[in-house]
Amino acid sequence: MACRFCFWVFLSRFRLVFFVKKLNLCLSGSKGKCGTFMFELIEGLKAAFRLVITFDPELWEISLRSLRVTLTALLIASLIAMPLGTYLAVQRFRYRRFVIAIINALMGLPPVVVGLIVYILLSRSGPFGVFNLLFTPTAMIIAQVVIITPLIASIAHQAMRELWAEYHDLLISLNTTKTQRIRTLIWDGRRNLLTAALAGFGRAIGEVGAIMIVGGNIDNVTRVLTTAIALETGKGDFALALGLGFVLIGIAVVVNIAIHALSRTEREGRW
Amino acid sequence: MKQILPAIFALFLAQPGAADGMRMAVTTSFDNSGLSDVLLPVIREDTGIDVQLLVVGTGQALRLGEAGDVDAVLVHSRAAEEAFVAAGHGTHRREIMYNDFVLIGPADDPASIADAQTAAEALLRIAAAQAAFVSRGDDSGTHKAELNIWTDAGLDTETFGAWYRPVGAGMGAALNTASAMQAYVVSDRASWLNFGNTDGLAMLFSGDPALFNQYAYLPVNPAKNAAIKHQEATALEAWLTSPRAADLINGYTINGETLFVFNASPE
Amino acid sequence: MSGMFPLTLNQVVVRRRGKVVIGPVDLTVDQGGPLIVMGPNGSGKTTLLRVMHGVERINAGAINWAQEHPEKHAFVFQSPIIMRRSVFENLAYPLRLLRRPKNEISDAVNHWITRIGLENKGATSASRLSGGERQKLALARALIRKPDVLFLDEPCANLDGRATREIEALLQETAAAGTRLIMSTHDMGQARRLAQEIVFMLGGKVHETGDAQVAFTQPKTAEFAAFQRGDIVT
Ligand SMILES: Nc1ncnc2c1ncn2[C@@H]1O[C@H](COP(=O)(O)OP(=O)(O)OP(=O)(O)O)[C@@H](O)[C@H]1O
Ligand SMILES: [Mg+2]
Repeated sequence: MACRFCFWVFLSRFRLVFFVKKLNLCLSGSKGKCGTFMFELIEGLKAAFRLVITFDPELWEISLRSLRVTLTALLIASLIAMPLGTYLAVQRFRYRRFVIAIINALMGLPPVVVGLIVYILLSRSGPFGVFNLLFTPTAMIIAQVVIITPLIASIAHQAMRELWAEYHDLLISLNTTKTQRIRTLIWDGRRNLLTAALAGFGRAIGEVGAIMIVGGNIDNVTRVLTTAIALETGKGDFALALGLGFVLIGIAVVVNIAIHALSRTEREGRW
Repeated sequence: MKQILPAIFALFLAQPGAADGMRMAVTTSFDNSGLSDVLLPVIREDTGIDVQLLVVGTGQALRLGEAGDVDAVLVHSRAAEEAFVAAGHGTHRREIMYNDFVLIGPADDPASIADAQTAAEALLRIAAAQAAFVSRGDDSGTHKAELNIWTDAGLDTETFGAWYRPVGAGMGAALNTASAMQAYVVSDRASWLNFGNTDGLAMLFSGDPALFNQYAYLPVNPAKNAAIKHQEATALEAWLTSPRAADLINGYTINGETLFVFNASPE
Repeated sequence: MSGMFPLTLNQVVVRRRGKVVIGPVDLTVDQGGPLIVMGPNGSGKTTLLRVMHGVERINAGAINWAQEHPEKHAFVFQSPIIMRRSVFENLAYPLRLLRRPKNEISDAVNHWITRIGLENKGATSASRLSGGERQKLALARALIRKPDVLFLDEPCANLDGRATREIEALLQETAAAGTRLIMSTHDMGQARRLAQEIVFMLGGKVHETGDAQVAFTQPKTAEFAAFQRGDIVT
């Protein structure tokens, strides 16, 4: 056992040295010696670093817009999906299995299809054209709500089913109304619902197909991180595209950590 | 948490509201050239119009105009444009400028197209060598131009083997693919000059008038719906055909190369 | 006191997965002191209590209360159900459902927290309590609405002697205040201390009922006599 461990340490040392050497080659800017793949990654990291430390105003604007659109969509989707998921856990009705199957199927719907449907509905020649919402952040929010509501509802339903099994006898015994049951489960299962919301956030912030179609990727209006990445990739500027990708990952990590930190302070404080 | 979370949300929530400014659908090749970055600020300064660009393929640009979702269209595919106007979707077609298409391929030029006399001859050599060829395959203006040259060469792309690869993607993506596969590809000059990932590719053939690429401006028919900003579209047309636009367009260069030639006729 | 009693069970049968769990059961429960349900493991005590409380679906027969007052029922389950909340909020929950005023709720909760000896733990998560503390919490939560009938399913099963006595004292106090106790237990000593009436279950059927004093001294059936001696009865 010990020997195998030694060998592993030796191997990882070796890998590390190798990696550092390669990294040096790349950082010194010699593309040929370190391979295209590594080169692009390093250039991407450099671009991300440059964008962040210079407080690039366009990057800030785009990132903030990404966050705004996604958080708004997340709020709306959660308000729909969480009570729905809980209701499906608590209430038995005739088409319950059918509704659950539909929700699970909608989870797999390609975002581009959602985008197309929302486009057709919001187009000026479509049924909701009079509201003039196409190519606005609102249209992107609508598309994201459609994309993440089934996901959040499905995860919420799973979590709420377990909690309902735990609470069932007590809540029946206390003669609760249906609304009271749903509210109790949502409140006491809020940590699980937070996980569902974070999954929805992850899906929405990284989504590009639908918001490209309904938002139009208009500079200063509907350009967000993901559509900017698609644009830069299209232009062949892989370094900038990767840099924006790293910024996106960074934002997702920060949001996740922030929300977990919030829920932890609450746990220590209140129960 | 009860107090903090809504506060955070309130900070970030998007303010809804319809966009202002006029919308113009343009082709990917126009936007990739970088010319829009030069023109748009000056347009805003001169006319006060905030032009919002929707960068899509020619096919989608015309669809957006047809649906009345944009106020004007700037594309480069003559037949499709004329059909658009004939169908009553646009008020008229106004030529603005042209650039040209170029043939890109592996630097070692396996099909030896560099010394061909015409574009059609170059493509004939590629077909004869069955060298890998990436086609946009997305019904864009560039795609249509490419198909026209194949027709000039007397060939039908339907009959081609696996060496002919329609990728169904934008110019940048098609160039990326060509770079990865070391394939030939038809590109507009601007996209090529602005393209970052030129690994092993080179411009091999250009200059044949058959490769000229005329851009035209089409205001969308205001009868479609009340939201169409026809006044702005008309003002923009006036600006795009003005001497000021001519100077900016003719003066736009990348690596010292002129990309566009202004050719709008005064009214 | 609401006129909920008598409660009558008429030919009640509960079947699960094709097996008869209890029944057919005929039983009348009238006003009175603590009713203790006894019987070996698996004899159907839990099921009988749940049927009376209305949380278990029946497959045949009928249950009738003289008057239906579901909000006057309370139930302490065999394994206590602890909500994912603080001790304070667990106790407050039944009153919050009734939208009682805030100060009334906190008065009642503080009274019961002290009564069960958890006064320092109001803010801690109830999931951190010991088994005995959970049992007491569940009991206090059941009593906080001042029910007219309280079902208890082996409330002292996991408790040591001292905690058992504490709970018995609490139950006697509750009974004296006019709440009808219907409780299952294995503990013969506890049954003798509390019971006024007994129901002896065997194999899903009510095997013997009657006044506790009589049943303990002169059991009607050989099985109940054997059960009291601690012999195995089937
Ligand atoms: N939902 C069910 N499905 C199948 N069997 C069940 C179900 N509920 C109860 N039973 C069975 O019915 C019998 C009576 O169960 P019950 O819980 O009422 O017994 P009990 O007298 O309370 O036992 P204990 O003293 O162990 O608590 C048991 O054999 C049990 O396994
Ligand atoms: Mg039991």
